[in-house]
Amino acid sequence: MTIAPETFCFVRDLVRRESAIVLSRGKEYLVESRLLPVAREEGLADIEKLVEKVRQHPHSPVSRRLVEALTTNETSWFRDGDPFAALRDTVVPDLASSRRTTRRLRIWSAACSSGQEAYSIAMTLLDTPAVADWTIEILGTDLSSVMVQRARQGRYSQLEVNRGLPASHLVRHFERDGAGWRVNAQLRSMARFSELNLMRPFPTVGRFDVVFLRNVLIYFDVATKRDILHRVGQVLASDGYLYLGAAEMTMGVDDAWERVAAGRSSVYRRRKDAS
Amino acid sequence: MRALVIDDSKTMRRIVSRVLVGLAYEVVEAADGQQALDALAAGPLPDLACVDWNMPVMDGLALVTQVRANRDWRDITLMMVTTESEHSQIVRALAAGAHEYLIKPFTAEALREKLDLLGLVPAPLAGTPA
Repeated sequence: MTIAPETFCFVRDLVRRESAIVLSRGKEYLVESRLLPVAREEGLADIEKLVEKVRQHPHSPVSRRLVEALTTNETSWFRDGDPFAALRDTVVPDLASSRRTTRRLRIWSAACSSGQEAYSIAMTLLDTPAVADWTIEILGTDLSSVMVQRARQGRYSQLEVNRGLPASHLVRHFERDGAGWRVNAQLRSMARFSELNLMRPFPTVGRFDVVFLRNVLIYFDVATKRDILHRVGQVLASDGYLYLGAAEMTMGVDDAWERVAAGRSSVYRRRKDAS
Repeated sequence: MRALVIDDSKTMRRIVSRVLVGLAYEVVEAADGQQALDALAAGPLPDLACVDWNMPVMDGLALVTQVRANRDWRDITLMMVTTESEHSQIVRALAAGAHEYLIKPFTAEALREKLDLLGLVPAPLAGTPA
């Protein structure tokens, strides 16, 4: 999926008028990744339909939402903090004891956007002594081919590395790359990225020990949420862990899951009696 | 909480101070490293110092080194806020005793996130409860 040039121009002009923020050429990926969720929430098929609606109703709430989506909340490293502390202190130490013969962990970042979550997981695992010399495989997937390409390259602007990334991690895991930064080869070797639409049957992705599915389900209706959770359950090890966003829960959607405390965060595990 | 904002640019001091005041900080400003040392000696001590690197009289790296050499000032959290963005410079600042490093230009959100990393965002504003 790529955004049509005239659609991008319309969005760019609207955002500049309303917020003074300039979306230069090359920011098409940003427009795509921010506006698709807005389109979904409005019950529209894609960004073109969303922009069509805004053209017809220039002073409507949906027009304001479009501008807000493009001017706030860039993806952060270690987003929300606590889930990563829980990964290091609770989740991985638990998995490490049951996998000490295979010495291998597989983790899925299921809506990886430009890759910050997948690389934050990689940095966290390197800081977890119990698995320091294990084989770590992190798979990042996203709907957008542009996002997958960005994540794979691991190149980030100065503004992006300012967002929630401790300076000690920046100097350890990144190198300068022109005016920006690039994730170093060690971290890149731990993560691979591919396109995947969560609404469709998963291709052969193998079995994971931990799945990060944060702030994704909010965009879907209950039936779709249930379907996605069911299929995620099928690719998660029976003693594996599922991360959802802080505002999301499985309760009332899929009772096969139970919420368990992990540090200051919570994670989900499949109930023992669930199929 | 108290913060000392050290930058030779009045505009930059105002931008940083505004975010900190929004987080209920009491802010004192200094225009170079020496003024900052004078402010520390006069007290009261800040919880946080935001330190620019390139300043006249005494630069930020020299200030960080001096603050770290004084045991009475060991509880002050030091964050460099600077346009200096080379890998080696960040390493130098951290080795000298800076706890964090924020590269200009930055958004208000980025500054808040750095403070959150340092545990310096007052509790009611530190994000949504789990």
